Amino acid sequence: MKTEAKRLMRGSEAIGEAAIRSGCSCYFGYPITPQNELTEYMAKRMLETGRVFIQSESELAAINMVLGAAATGARVMTSSSSPGITLKQEGISFLASMELPCVIVNVMRGGPGLGNIAPSQSDYFQATRGGGHGDYRTIVLAPASVQELFDLTRDGFDLADEYRIPVIILADGMLGQMMEPLVLKDTPIAPEELPEKPWTLRGAKDRPSRFIRSLILDVNLEEEHNWRLYRKYQRIERREIRFEEYFTEGADMIVVAYGTAARIAKAAVKKCIEKNMRVGLIRPISLWPFPNEKILDLTKYAGHFMCFEMSMGQMVEDVRLAVQGKAEVSIYGRPGGVVPTPAELFRVISRTYNKILREKKA
Amino acid sequence: MKKRKPARPQTLKEATFHYCPGCGHSVIHRLTAEVIHELGIADKAIGVPPAGCAVLAYFYFDIDMTEAPHGRGCAVATGIKRALPESVVFSYQGDGDLAAIGTAEVIHAANRGENITVIFVNNAVYGMTGGQMAPTSLLGMKTTTSPKGRDHVREGYPVRVCELLSSLDGAVYLERTAVNSVKAIRKTKKAIREAFQTQINGEGFSLVEILSPCPTNWKLSTVDSWKWIDDVMSKYYQIGLIKDTRKGSSKDAD
Amino acid sequence: MLTKTIFAGFGGQGVLLMGVCTANAAMNEGKFVTYLPSYGAEVRGGTANCTVSVSTEEIASPIASSPDHVVAMNAPSLARFQNLAKAGGIFMLNSTLIEQGLSRTDLIEIRVPAGEIADSLGSLRSANMVMLGAYVAASKVVSYRILLEAVESVTGSKRKDLVELNIKAIKAGYDYVEEHYGKADKKKKSAAKAEVQVEKTATEK
Repeated sequence: MKTEAKRLMRGSEAIGEAAIRSGCSCYFGYPITPQNELTEYMAKRMLETGRVFIQSESELAAINMVLGAAATGARVMTSSSSPGITLKQEGISFLASMELPCVIVNVMRGGPGLGNIAPSQSDYFQATRGGGHGDYRTIVLAPASVQELFDLTRDGFDLADEYRIPVIILADGMLGQMMEPLVLKDTPIAPEELPEKPWTLRGAKDRPSRFIRSLILDVNLEEEHNWRLYRKYQRIERREIRFEEYFTEGADMIVVAYGTAARIAKAAVKKCIEKNMRVGLIRPISLWPFPNEKILDLTKYAGHFMCFEMSMGQMVEDVRLAVQGKAEVSIYGRPGGVVPTPAELFRVISRTYNKILREKKA
Repeated sequence: MKKRKPARPQTLKEATFHYCPGCGHSVIHRLTAEVIHELGIADKAIGVPPAGCAVLAYFYFDIDMTEAPHGRGCAVATGIKRALPESVVFSYQGDGDLAAIGTAEVIHAANRGENITVIFVNNAVYGMTGGQMAPTSLLGMKTTTSPKGRDHVREGYPVRVCELLSSLDGAVYLERTAVNSVKAIRKTKKAIREAFQTQINGEGFSLVEILSPCPTNWKLSTVDSWKWIDDVMSKYYQIGLIKDTRKGSSKDAD
Repeated sequence: MLTKTIFAGFGGQGVLLMGVCTANAAMNEGKFVTYLPSYGAEVRGGTANCTVSVSTEEIASPIASSPDHVVAMNAPSLARFQNLAKAGGIFMLNSTLIEQGLSRTDLIEIRVPAGEIADSLGSLRSANMVMLGAYVAASKVVSYRILLEAVESVTGSKRKDLVELNIKAIKAGYDYVEEHYGKADKKKKSAAKAEVQVEKTATEK
């Protein structure tokens, strides 16, 4: 065949393979559904490639093993699902403050509490607002296909290193469990081929000793540390925004959705287009930084933005902030692990769209 | 070769310890630094200080160090050691850090036989937060959170960490020492050296539990706190080699 | 054109493998495809199912709330999916384990004695492959030739004799449907007659 070899791959395994091909040399994880296939894949592949795999005693231990390994400069990954990510928040706050790069995968499931193991998008706040204590951000990437799980995980490792920041891959049970064709277009890199990082702890040989910390008792120094982090976050906001547009130009109404919800939204919007409705879709791929300017820009056509989320509405708050009052914002949410159909969403969109038309005429 | 007034070991920075008068941390820092220097491992040693009084240890040790969240020293040390097996990694932890919030981490690091060294400072009290009850506080001991004295019905029993870990096959060297006399300090240094040597030889998990005075929170004079270790603390926490299953070692715990 | 099929049965009957083979074949035909297994607590009770979506366009959701086709390998699967299936779709039943028929009349019912056919080929375990062949014959979701290639590549890494058995089983299932449900003949033949036919095919080969 002329195209690159396609292979049918499970979402969680695509993340794992992306980590392997990114030169990830340490993986630490604790079992939790629906992401066990990723941990199992890493167990197999890390041992095959002579790298480090530990099934830790808890999510707390896993994220702190990540911390230790990241301090040596290694590319490191951990993964979990919603309740486990909550436990990891302590470590994520430390990683953010200590500016240690790593990739953290959250295969979201229904919540709150133990919730269920069905696909959900209820950890948007947790992921994009920092999640742990303190004034910090993490880059949050939201894939919507198995191919993107692979591609964004690869990019995630690069972004983590470039900005010395934890990167969260925000997937859900459906993306993690499903299989789709995957094309490996990248050039794999081995851990030993990665460029050296100038700040790592590898023993004070032929250089002064170093330490990495987050405790800064002097308030002035702590303020300066926060300012430095803030300036880094601003840099990321300027440079790392990602989104996909679908029939947005001239649209009277824009649907905003990410990840699994965006797949469904795309099919619903497609149906709208077939019926000559002026409806478009914007799919944020980076949830933080959020495509604020793009959404604001679209208010020049659209008077209504409808968020579709598999939660009671979390991203909708970012959309409201983005439109700056220049458009109406509504939410259609299905929480608890329910994955609605495109037909259902099409009916919801149509209702809102017809209302907009009626108001326009009036 | 014994020096009357030993010079500052090269692995300690030119800094004044912030520890209280009579605190064991200063001595234990120094012993650890001396061992690292004498074993010639300063260029590959990586330390993990705890949350607790020794949280600022990176201001004193002139080696690479990284902070760990409270209790997670053994997990962080595991990550470092696995990522960089040629390094010599030690976690420096207090009793609250290691035996309360970090119990799971130390047990599982020991159980995996992680090739790391733990310097466990047991002063039977939470020092930095102001003298609250620790998992190792003795029965009857008055602290700010056990004002009537620790009662096993209310507060449970003091945790013997070395004995607790000794049933794990991965823990190969466990010794309990003290720093309340010149003789005890010498023994402690020897134990720290043994523990690092265990790691250098690639034999598995090693831990030295050091009974260490905290005059401030024990509300005793420096001299009395040294005495208290002999008279009270070491009666419950047996001093000596608790476990040694290293290859080439015929020594067993007494 | 989007076709969603649910394969369902007991754990161990190989229903997930049927799905993976179908999905691989569809991918090799250049179609869009998703495969979604049931997972977690749901599969602990000993039942398993998976959904395969095949389309000429991007697939929105890999979930089938109302599947076009259902392949039921055991009686609980019949009960579970009968009322979800889309009208006019194919409902395949492993008649070896499912005695009752469909209550609905707006579905195309296809009964295949997959267990007996597999048994006659030498291994009851290949009943899933018999059913897969039968399903492809009935639905034409993927081409028969590409299915055989996919089965070979999916199951071939382990044992060569297993691949041969799988291929034989798929052919037997395919032929069974061609024979009993093919073209003009849409009437169901009696189970007894079908069994005679199976025996005949088995001895012939």
